[in-house]
Amino acid sequence: MISRRHVIALAATIAFSSVSVPALAQEKLRVLATFSILGDLVKNVGGDRVEVTTLVGPNSDAHVYSPSPADAKKIAAAKVVITNGLGFEGWMARLVRASGSKAAPVVATKGIKPRKQAAHGHSHGHDDTDPHAWQSVANVKIYVANIRAALIAADPEGKAAYEANAAAYTEKLDALDKEVREAVAGIPQDRRRIITSHDAFGYFQAAYGIEFIAPQGVSTESEASARDVGRIITQIKRQKIPAVFLENISDPRLIQRIAAESGARVGGQLYSDALTDEKGAAPTYIDLIRHNVKQLVSALTS
Amino acid sequence: MYDWLFGPFIEFEFMRRALAGTVALALGAGPIGVFLMLRRMSLVGDAMAHAILPGAAIGFLVSGLSLFAMTAGGLIAGCVVALLTGIVARNTELKEDAALATFYLLSLALGVTIVSMKGTNIDLLHVLFGSVLALDDQTLLLIAANATITLVVLALIYRPLVIECVDPGFLRSVSGAGAPAHLAFLALVVINLVSGFHALGTLLAVGIMMLPAAIGRFWARDITLMVVISAVTGTFSGYVGLLISYHAGVPSGPAIILVAGVLYILSLLFGHVGGLVRQMLPQRHLEA
Repeated sequence: MISRRHVIALAATIAFSSVSVPALAQEKLRVLATFSILGDLVKNVGGDRVEVTTLVGPNSDAHVYSPSPADAKKIAAAKVVITNGLGFEGWMARLVRASGSKAAPVVATKGIKPRKQAAHGHSHGHDDTDPHAWQSVANVKIYVANIRAALIAADPEGKAAYEANAAAYTEKLDALDKEVREAVAGIPQDRRRIITSHDAFGYFQAAYGIEFIAPQGVSTESEASARDVGRIITQIKRQKIPAVFLENISDPRLIQRIAAESGARVGGQLYSDALTDEKGAAPTYIDLIRHNVKQLVSALTS
Repeated sequence: MYDWLFGPFIEFEFMRRALAGTVALALGAGPIGVFLMLRRMSLVGDAMAHAILPGAAIGFLVSGLSLFAMTAGGLIAGCVVALLTGIVARNTELKEDAALATFYLLSLALGVTIVSMKGTNIDLLHVLFGSVLALDDQTLLLIAANATITLVVLALIYRPLVIECVDPGFLRSVSGAGAPAHLAFLALVVINLVSGFHALGTLLAVGIMMLPAAIGRFWARDITLMVVISAVTGTFSGYVGLLISYHAGVPSGPAIILVAGVLYILSLLFGHVGGLVRQMLPQRHLEA
């Protein structure tokens, strides 16, 4: 939420910062991406010609992000602002307006067919569209095309470089897509289902055919009740689900208990909305998908 | 009805484990709670939840996020605080509550310092405190061993402990058993609390110690009966609380404590010994 005080602070910052940013000819194209995964894609398409900043950095949750005055300054300084759209950044439109930026935000998911979010999922405050479109590698190729178009529009001189970068990265994405499909093909058909409280994998499910089942009637943010635990166990047994990924439940011992009693395997961490930092398991988008697939495969194959 | 009362325990192992854990905890913690209440140390549990931080932090520094190391460290820190409290209270002008307050605050400050030295912002206590729904074999054994030790040691030190609560001056004049009994009792308090935190979380560990004790106070005049009542009401609260948690979808720890709370309010109103209604209706009291 942006309070009125924030907006005043922003307005003041921008008044100063817009004076102090001289447009030098050799300067790199300043691009702002709203979150870390998008930032990684822009870096791959832009290469050396762009300088990418992200609002919501690695390891941070865009759902609980609240903009600071420094963020509005970043937006004002950026020539291109790239957003995910589909309601992912509920705060974005207001922030851009407040920053006084002249760059119209580019929506990277333009042309992607949106999925409906399951009704019990976490809401991003807007309609029930599922914004996590990057969980399907095929969609990310559309992201890349949109980003390429946006960069070329802002920096026509770099057209050749952007096109070459985008083509090279798209090739990598194709290879990644194939890799994911092959990995999933190695899992027996009837074992391609997990329980997870994280409702961010709708596109992954649609693209690759692993079913992500939400635990029934469980709020993962509050303390679990005996009924919640009982229901999860019954559900796992009844639907014969081979693995549980319940990273949000705070007590790991509770997950161990659920697994021991239901016979399901406990999966590792799945990354959905943010990259990790350099030392983490998923510093880039490609690493993130590879990591998730590895976790899924090792939990689902016996 | 049968299904409502027993179904969850028959169907799910975690419910059976939770029940076994709460029963074992209630058996050990109830009597401890009675003595704490009689010594006016009812709030020691909350203080102890903070006092164990430096021990847990050192355990974390030495071996990372190992629950065993952190619990062992917490136990040691708790025992040190309890023993120092006991020694100061017996040998100086400070009473037990003041002595405990000073040591637990020092301990907490030390703990925060150690945690921040490591430069981590993990809430160690949050990690350490468990849930009654997640009892594994190891934790169950810990609670059971704990209850056994508690009951045996209490039986051994029962007489000096009772006399100490009532007339410490007299005990000092006839026997030297006061100090050892007192310190042994404090050690029992720490063991019960720390393993309770580890297994069940703070609310449940402290709550099932103090609420049944307070209930016992309203129904009995002699300590033995108080101890029995506290253990029985603690067990009963555990059973009913787990059922409510299962059927109504309420978190288990709070559900158990709320059941004990309802029993407490009923006892407060209608208790034999000093219940409010009894006090207001003296004629009924005479008939009874």
